[in-house]
Amino acid sequence: MEKTLNTKFTYTEKKDTRSGFGDGLLEAGRKNPEVVGLCADLIGSLKMGAFQKEFPERFFQVGIAEANMMGLAAGMTIGGKIPFTGTFANFSTGRVYDQIRQSIAYSGKNVKICASHAGVTLGEDGATHQILEDVGMMKMLPHMTVINPCDYNQTKAATMAIAEHEGPVYLRFGRPSWPIFTDKDQKFEIGKAWKMIEGKDVTIFATGHLVWEAVVAEAMLAEEGISAEVINIHTIKPLDEEAILESVAKTGCCVSAEEHQLNGGLGDSIAQTLVRNNPVPMEFVGVDDSFGESGTPMDLMKKYGLKAENIVEKAKKALARK
Amino acid sequence: MEKLSIDQLNKTCSQVRRDILRMVHAVNSGHPGGSLGCTEFFVALYFNQMEHTTDFDMDGRNEDLFFLSNGHISPVWYSVLARSGYFGVEELATFRKIDSRLQGHPTTEENLPGIRIASGSLGQGMSAAIGAAQAKKINGDDKTVFVLMGDGEQQEGQVWEAAMYAAHHKVDNLIATIDVNRQQIDGLTTEVMDLQDLRKKYEAFGWEVVETKDGNNMEEVISVIEKAKSLLGKGKPVMNLLHTEMGYGVDFMVGTHKWHGVAPNDEQLENALGQLEESLGDY
Repeated sequence: MEKTLNTKFTYTEKKDTRSGFGDGLLEAGRKNPEVVGLCADLIGSLKMGAFQKEFPERFFQVGIAEANMMGLAAGMTIGGKIPFTGTFANFSTGRVYDQIRQSIAYSGKNVKICASHAGVTLGEDGATHQILEDVGMMKMLPHMTVINPCDYNQTKAATMAIAEHEGPVYLRFGRPSWPIFTDKDQKFEIGKAWKMIEGKDVTIFATGHLVWEAVVAEAMLAEEGISAEVINIHTIKPLDEEAILESVAKTGCCVSAEEHQLNGGLGDSIAQTLVRNNPVPMEFVGVDDSFGESGTPMDLMKKYGLKAENIVEKAKKALARK
Repeated sequence: MEKLSIDQLNKTCSQVRRDILRMVHAVNSGHPGGSLGCTEFFVALYFNQMEHTTDFDMDGRNEDLFFLSNGHISPVWYSVLARSGYFGVEELATFRKIDSRLQGHPTTEENLPGIRIASGSLGQGMSAAIGAAQAKKINGDDKTVFVLMGDGEQQEGQVWEAAMYAAHHKVDNLIATIDVNRQQIDGLTTEVMDLQDLRKKYEAFGWEVVETKDGNNMEEVISVIEKAKSLLGKGKPVMNLLHTEMGYGVDFMVGTHKWHGVAPNDEQLENALGQLEESLGDY
C-alpha cells in the first residue's frame, strides 16, 4: 500500500538504525582518537564489532554489568576520553538510572549512552526488553541531551555529531530493518528540528521510526486534500521550540508521533511548549500507558496504534478541533 | 607537594578533626563518625603519599587521583582539600549551607577544586576510579588512582561488578581501600548484612589484598599504602583493608554508629575540641 502512495520521500533500501550507529561509531573513532567504546555483552546486537576490530585498545568488554559500565564511562572522561556505551535501551536507562543520574548527568560527564532495541519494534523478545519509558527518564535529567534519529543515515550522522558535542547524550535507535529515506551526507545539527515537508493545515511532529510513518501519513492526507507539514524532531531535548511554534502558527493544530509512552515522551514536551506559548489543538500518537508484547514489529506497530493510519486519524481529529 | 613528617601529619590530623566537628556542628548535620575514623588515611594520602597538584585540572593527567565513593564522609575530604591548598580554609564555614560549593555530599556541579565526580549514592565510586585508571593507561600516564569505599557499601552489587572487571582487565594502577569500621546506619555490619571475609572475597575476585590493622596509626597507614604501591604494575588491582575506629579522636564518639550522621551539640563540641590540639589554626 505504501508503494502506491506518492510520498515526498522515497526509499530503495532498508537497514536497521543500529547499523547506522555502528558505522557512525567507526567513523567517529577514525576522526577522533579520544573516542572509546564500551559494551555489555552485546557487541553483535549493537554493531560495535567493526570499531572493536579496528581499535581494540580503545574498546572495553564490560560483561553483563551495565551499572559498572556507566561508572567506567564516567571515569574514562577524566583523562579526556569520549566514551560510547552500548547496550539495549532498557539496560541503558531503567536498569542504571541512578548511575546515570549521579555519575554522568549530575557530574556533567561527556558520556554518550547509545541505546538499541528501543520500543515495540524490538519485536518477538517481548515487553521485558521493549522499553517505552526511556525518553521520559532521560529527558528529565538536567544536562542530558536526548536524540532519536529516524533511519540508518540519520543515526550514522547523529552518532558522528554527538562525538563532537561536549556533554552527556542519550542516543536512541532500534533493531528492525527500516526504510532509508534521508540523505547519506546529511549534516546533523543537534537541537535543530528538520522541516521535511511543508504544509498548511496540520503539523505532524515525529521522532525515530515514526518519522517514516509521518511521511506516509502526509501522502495519505494529501489524497484527501489535507495539507500536512512534517517535522522531524530528532532531538527531543533540547527541543527546537522555535520551529514548533513557527509551524503551528501557520497550521493551527498538530499531532505528535513516537514509539514511546505518551507519558513522558516527545508529545509531552511539545504540549508544554504549546500551552505556554500558543495552545492550539493537539493529538498524540504513541503507546497509551501499557507494556508491549511479543510479535513481529509490524504487527506490534498496528496493535499499539503507531502506523501512518493512526497518524492520519489523529491529524483529522486535531483539524476538527480547530 | 612537600611531604610532611609523621609528627606534622599527626598535628594535621588534629586540626582536620577540629574542622570536621566545627563544620557539622555549625549546620547541625553531616557525618562526623566515618570522617573522624578516616582522618589518618586522608591526611596520609594528601600530605605524604599522593603525587598531586592543588592547581586543579579535571583531567588530572600525570598526577595521582583520589575518588571518594562513600561521599557522606565529605567533611574530612573538604577539610583535607582546604588544608592542602585546593581552596581557602574559610570556605569550610559554608559547608551544607545555601549557595555553597561544599554540598552535603561531594559534587562537581559547583566546580569545587579537588572533586572529579559526584558521590553519595553508594556503590558507584570504584567503577569511576577504574575508568579513570584505564584512561591513564591509554594516555601513557603512569600515575596511580586511589578510591575509598565504606565497608557497609560492599553490600551494593555494583561494587562486585567493578571488582570482577578490574581483575579481568588487569587494572593494576589502582589502589582501592575499604574503611572497615564495622558500622553502618542500622548497626553493626555483622548484624545488618554480614560481609564475612573481605580479604578472601577480593582475593577470590583476583585482587592483591593488603591490610592496615590500625587505620588510626599514621605510621602503619603510610607503610601499608607504600606496600600497596609496591604491588602495582603486576597485572592485578590492589585492595587495602583499612581497619579504623569510627569517631576516633573524640572519646565519647569512638566505636559507635551513633555518630554516623549526627552532629554534636554546643556542649559536646566544646568537650570534643578540648581533646584536639588547634595545631594549624581554626578556619
